[in-house]
Amino acid sequence: MPDTTLAVFERSYAELRRARRARTVLGLLLFVVLFAGSAVIGNFNPATLVEGAPKLGEYVGRTLPKVRWDHLIEDLAYWFYGLPKWLDLMVETILMAYLATLLGSAGAFMIGFFGSRNLTPATWCYHLARRVSEFFRTVPDLVFALIFVFAFGLGPLPGILAIAVHSLGANGKLFAEANENIDMAPVEGLRALGANWVQTMRFAVVPQILPNYASYVLWRFEINVRTAAVMGFVGAGGIGMELVTAVRSLYYEDISAILILIVLTVSLIDIGCEKLRHALIGREALT
Amino acid sequence: MIAVQADIDLARIAAIRARMPRAFTRGPGERFALWVGWTGFALLTGYCLWRFNFSPVYLWNGLGELGVIVRQLFPPSMGEAPGDIFYALLETLAMAFLGTFLAAAVAVPMAFLAAKNTFPFWLPRFGVRRLMDGLRGVDQLIWALIFVRAVGLGPLAGIMAIFISDIGTLTKLFSESIENIDRRPMEGLRASGASSVQTLRFSVLPQVLPMFLSSALYMFESNVRSATILGIVGAGGIGFQLSDRIRAHYWEEACFILIIILITVACIDAVSKRLRLAIIGSKAGGREL
Repeated sequence: MPDTTLAVFERSYAELRRARRARTVLGLLLFVVLFAGSAVIGNFNPATLVEGAPKLGEYVGRTLPKVRWDHLIEDLAYWFYGLPKWLDLMVETILMAYLATLLGSAGAFMIGFFGSRNLTPATWCYHLARRVSEFFRTVPDLVFALIFVFAFGLGPLPGILAIAVHSLGANGKLFAEANENIDMAPVEGLRALGANWVQTMRFAVVPQILPNYASYVLWRFEINVRTAAVMGFVGAGGIGMELVTAVRSLYYEDISAILILIVLTVSLIDIGCEKLRHALIGREALT
Repeated sequence: MIAVQADIDLARIAAIRARMPRAFTRGPGERFALWVGWTGFALLTGYCLWRFNFSPVYLWNGLGELGVIVRQLFPPSMGEAPGDIFYALLETLAMAFLGTFLAAAVAVPMAFLAAKNTFPFWLPRFGVRRLMDGLRGVDQLIWALIFVRAVGLGPLAGIMAIFISDIGTLTKLFSESIENIDRRPMEGLRASGASSVQTLRFSVLPQVLPMFLSSALYMFESNVRSATILGIVGAGGIGFQLSDRIRAHYWEEACFILIIILITVACIDAVSKRLRLAIIGSKAGGREL
């Protein structure tokens, strides 16, 4: 009977719609409660916004330099008067990120073999490696920097160590996961020939994962350049120190100049790393 | 040593090596490039180590100091005002939630402007995309530092920092989801005479909304992590309490705060991961219907 089939369909369709609508209403209610709670706790209300918005506009207005067309060169030179010093600090920031990425990835390279289920020499090694890298990547790098600044003194060194420790945690996980996805046939082959653990890793695993690792390392370097730029906020070197000084001492035009430098550097490094990554992946796909 | 199998004798290997040298060793050009690469790498690393004072004695002394601090971290203690700490933790969560939600609200229309298939004019699209790159290129902490100066100490600065930098990230993620949608429902609706608003409502939105929700939840997770440190520059939340304790050398309380941060982050990650799976799952179910 077509009529009853239709009726059954209509009924179940209505039921389905009701269930969906109930879920949507429930979600919306939950959301409203969360939003209201957050607004109260975060002191987020129209009054503070109305008060804050003009201040913000004024602040942004002040950071913009006076650049006139007829004095373009002079005005730009005046705006970027600290360029030599800032460029040196930018280079320092990049070098910090480079060294931190190198140290962290070297650590992650070692820990990655122990943290992958298929390669680890013992189960307790696996759990230890996984927990250590989890701890290192969950504690924010800036917190490590705050603590290291007390232990090692002000300067880039504690910043580098903090970023390195964080990179070790983050890349330790990625490397271990890459290791778990390898083809195990070469490993078994070398084991059958009587190779020891180190030889097996070197000749069966490393050739398979090197392109993957390289791409992860490049990606980490991009992230670390951004992080190194803020390490100066806690006295751990790089361009951040100069930015904090400019913000705290109300050198408005310096703020915009330094920000532009940071954005330019970060984008250039992102573009360069992306090209390199594509080249690496392309080569991998060919072989 | 790796044992050599008996039926390949050394003389045979030598003969093959003489016949096909390139199969065993690299050519001179490649060897030279490798040599240059490794030397450059070594020089750069050496220069960095020298520039940043990585001397063994210095590192050793620092590690000694670090050991002293680590010993002072235990046992973790709540201190005299545990209420402050837990309130600050709630404040952190509130900052992350509001910042992410407001950013998502702005990012949705922006994403439609930045996606190739919904907005055909390349010049404004290019402008929107570069603007978003700029917002994303500045670290959240830098935005926080600036907003603290502009609107004063407290969570509002943190909310705005998360808001601004997340507009950039979410617009990118959202516009990628829009560009990856299945075109056929859209074509079908158009062919059956739907208006452009109807097409948007019944073919684009059902496909992208779950993706949007899932990306926003993911950013919420990430923002909880980053909101824990925004307080270091005075933008409210638990980071303020933490950096305060570290600067005053109250190591045991710092350790306690760190532990509750780690627990909170783990809980939020677990809940959000489950929610995201549920959302994406319900989308797949909706497709089947």
